[in-house]
Amino acid sequence: MGKTFAEKILAKKAGLKDAVPGQIVTVKPEHLLMHDNAAAIIGKISDEIEKYGIVDKNLPVIVLDHVIPAADEKTASNHKKIREFVKKHKLKNFFDAGTGVCHQIVLEKGFAVPGSLILGSDSHTCSYGAVNSFSTGIDRTEAASLLLTGETWLKVPLSIKINLKGKLNNRVSAKDVILHIIGDIGSSGANYCSVEFHGDMEQFSVGDRFTIANMGVEAGAKNAVFPVDDITVEYLKKTGVKDYEPVWADPDAVYHSELTYDVSKIQPVIACPHNVDNVKSVSEVAGIEINQCLIGTCTNGREKDLEIAAGILKGKKVSPHVRLLILPASKTVFENCLRNGNIEILSNAGAIILPSGCGPCLGAHQGVLAPGERCLSTANRNFKGRMGCKEAEIYLASPATVAASAIHGEITDPRTVRK
Amino acid sequence: MRIWKYGDNINTDQLFPGKYTYTCATPEEIKPHLLEDLDPSFADNVKTGDVIFAGKNFGCGSSREQPVLGFKSVGVQAIVAESFARIFYRAAINQGLVLIECPEAVKTYSEGDEVQLNIEKGSIMVGEQNFSFPALPKEVLAIRDAGGLLPYTRLKLKKKE
Repeated sequence: MGKTFAEKILAKKAGLKDAVPGQIVTVKPEHLLMHDNAAAIIGKISDEIEKYGIVDKNLPVIVLDHVIPAADEKTASNHKKIREFVKKHKLKNFFDAGTGVCHQIVLEKGFAVPGSLILGSDSHTCSYGAVNSFSTGIDRTEAASLLLTGETWLKVPLSIKINLKGKLNNRVSAKDVILHIIGDIGSSGANYCSVEFHGDMEQFSVGDRFTIANMGVEAGAKNAVFPVDDITVEYLKKTGVKDYEPVWADPDAVYHSELTYDVSKIQPVIACPHNVDNVKSVSEVAGIEINQCLIGTCTNGREKDLEIAAGILKGKKVSPHVRLLILPASKTVFENCLRNGNIEILSNAGAIILPSGCGPCLGAHQGVLAPGERCLSTANRNFKGRMGCKEAEIYLASPATVAASAIHGEITDPRTVRK
Repeated sequence: MRIWKYGDNINTDQLFPGKYTYTCATPEEIKPHLLEDLDPSFADNVKTGDVIFAGKNFGCGSSREQPVLGFKSVGVQAIVAESFARIFYRAAINQGLVLIECPEAVKTYSEGDEVQLNIEKGSIMVGEQNFSFPALPKEVLAIRDAGGLLPYTRLKLKKKE
């Protein structure tokens, strides 16, 4: 009987011949991601770190991104505490404010590689399945324990196989695909499960796969993962990653369920307030007025995303009733888009370019909403209060839909905007 | 013992708004904001021994652990739900907070019903009806029984000395 990706990789990481769903295995992740919450994490175990030290200095990857540059004295003090900790313990995998959003950095700096196991104290750690990593989120306490012991337990999950067939239409993107799927299976449709994506992959860049894997947790998935193909290999070569052992499911693996989507039938879609699975076609809600647009974040802040937005906004102006915020996923993305002219196009259209961080996405700062306001965003969550105000509304869509809507000041089907 | 009843898909922003994630970490800082955007009466009225009943996918969303720390510190005895989101479930184990996945008990409960929990035996009485729920795997139970993951890790490190 064949094995799924999750069964194979967790058996391998646990040093076992086999692992079956439901089995508890002890594993040692290659990396542990932390961000601004590292301050709270190290605060929990300061005595133990003094006594026992950090188990492996290559284990932690720390990226300051959630509230950068610091919004107030408290967040500034947290950052300071983390910098001092990094210096004291001579940790080399540290990326200070402005480098980028943590998940993008884990990908860009080559920490996420095929066949790796990465845990992170952030729910969107599941993103690295884009490059065939088994990655999933944990809480702060578990991150603290991992710093001391380097190991933890995982339950081998059931797996869901999702086949993506057919070719995407113009101005329909990976974001529409994952929103469509979440709308279909619901926000707990993949709860505790490993989600494998199979099918016609050549149309999805590593960035597109990242967008899809990133939102796996919005359907409750433990992890979401793609196979390694020429596109992955080419991407990793550019990143400078050489040594890795891909893992993939056997053709006769046994799944909890199997779903097939003909992506050529997927329309531009939008997640309406206040749940990610409240998905409608953009045309159904077109015309709803918006006050703020956000393009970027770990979900949709890469070169291709900003290029799509710039392609739609070139020579046009953002509605005077809308603030358009651009949040490149990293400084590297920002610089590449500066060089290829897309930042200039977006700026000329009236966009506000923000530093590469998470601020507005979680309502920390830089784009908090007022009561009664509506935001259309490329981020991954639209929960009530998420952007800092419980009387505001958040809609989620693709970069193309957000860019088209920014021009008109209302939700707009991107297929109706001419080049 | 009071029962606090909530619906499906209660997410972490409703349990503890994201805007406080990087400014509140201690039980004292967390308590006033617990369920702030969902049920503003909760923080002032919850008492030791109270139980929360909820629908499907309780705790979905962020990996922030403030909701769990908050529930633990105000003395919530257990959360009974139809299902839990994965990270929240793990976080509860790590703090020694008891979660009970028992859809039948949740569906049976109506306001005013008497509820009795027997965590060791794995049973829950709602009104006249008794339901059982499976025990955690022994590896995981050891963490919860140690009072949470950090006490468990401390014991483990001490043994190695």
